[in-house]
Amino acid sequence: MSMINYASREINCKIVYYGPGLGGKTTNLEHVYGKVKPETRGKLISLATETERTLFFDFLPVDLGTIRGFKTRFHLYTVPGQVYYNASRKLILKNVDGIVFVGDSQTERMEANLESMQNLYDNMAEYGYDLTKMPFVVQYNKRDLPNAAPVADLQAALNPGWEVEEPAKCRVTPDPYHAGENLVEQIATGEWVERAPFFEAVAVNGDGVFDTLKAVSKLVLKALA
Amino acid sequence: MTAGAPSWTFTEDDFGAITGSMRRFLDDTNSMCAMLVDKSGQLVTTVGSAPGLDPTTFATLTAADFGANDQLARILGETDFTTLFHQGERESVFVADVARRLILVVIFDSRTSVGLVKLKLKPQVEELTALLDVAMSRSRLGVPQQEKLLHGAEQEIDDLFQW
Ligand SMILES: Nc1nc2c(ncn2[C@@H]2O[C@H](COP(=O)(O)OP(=O)(O)OP(=O)(O)O)[C@@H](O)[C@H]2O)c(=O)[nH]1
Ligand SMILES: [Mg+2]
Repeated sequence: MSMINYASREINCKIVYYGPGLGGKTTNLEHVYGKVKPETRGKLISLATETERTLFFDFLPVDLGTIRGFKTRFHLYTVPGQVYYNASRKLILKNVDGIVFVGDSQTERMEANLESMQNLYDNMAEYGYDLTKMPFVVQYNKRDLPNAAPVADLQAALNPGWEVEEPAKCRVTPDPYHAGENLVEQIATGEWVERAPFFEAVAVNGDGVFDTLKAVSKLVLKALA
Repeated sequence: MTAGAPSWTFTEDDFGAITGSMRRFLDDTNSMCAMLVDKSGQLVTTVGSAPGLDPTTFATLTAADFGANDQLARILGETDFTTLFHQGERESVFVADVARRLILVVIFDSRTSVGLVKLKLKPQVEELTALLDVAMSRSRLGVPQQEKLLHGAEQEIDDLFQW
């Protein structure tokens, strides 16, 4: 739930990084923390186990610039990916404005990715939020590993597209991030489908981390426009 | 289902009224600091101060704490589990639900007493609830200028991310 404060001239938005355990959500935030100017970010808070697995959440507030005289403050959260932490995960999703799904590209994590994506849809639905109508981007992380699945396979499994309902949206919309690909298109059956924008990443060295953050933040602000 | 949670807005008047009310509460109870936090962890406003306190961090952790306790209450079949109290050696904290949307956090030390803070907390929550109702009903009616803050700003938004 974005909050606009006319007195302090701030727009506050909440972005949640979701995805399977060990996929690299915390690593995304650590990279952002390390790279943005210290005066534009707050503390990185991690509620983690002794083995650095996220227990409740990580939290990082960042200012991404000023628009129409209002400071845009983004509150970035990660959830614990491990399956049995669902209650905490659901709590963090409350009042979310934008979602990043961090998938683990390794073929042996495909099952865990699918389970986490299903869990995301379920938890959002329980709050009455429709993920397909919200700012939502997918990141395929760990592209550096030799056992990384091809992006096409990951897309087919995790981001196959949802049916477009409004007739006004049924027109070919190119993917601004991948030349020659579309975010909205008509498939062989005649159905119109829309996919979430996706990014490849190697979060440990920062590749793709800011592209992902920029894309989701932009969608969140555009939802207010 | 909706496309996520609705956004909401505070005008300068709302903000002035809420902040003024909290400041009076702080004086009346001789507390150190009071914060109003949105349930999603965003800080609405803070009055007073406590040494070493980072309000943004405090707000996030408070909302998480409150959210977790709310779930615990539900597991126990409690519905009205609306205040939390954390007692420290030097400083203590009261956390109270305001209109199911916000959380009031009060930090105080030995210059006042738990009893006094607790006594004044209930009328303070009621006062804030009333002020908030005003802000919320205006949000629902939709003040055009506010709803349109970023209307037509697509290009400016694109420009913001040219880094
Ligand atoms: N090779 C490689 N390793 C990565 C990459 N991103 C993260 N890792 C490693 O993967 C491990 C898990 O990363 P985290 O960021 O803690 O994962 P998480 O998604 O926060 O995990 P949970 O908190 O359990 O949900 C760490 O050892 C990271 O260094 C990547 O792009 N490539
Ligand atoms: Mg983590």
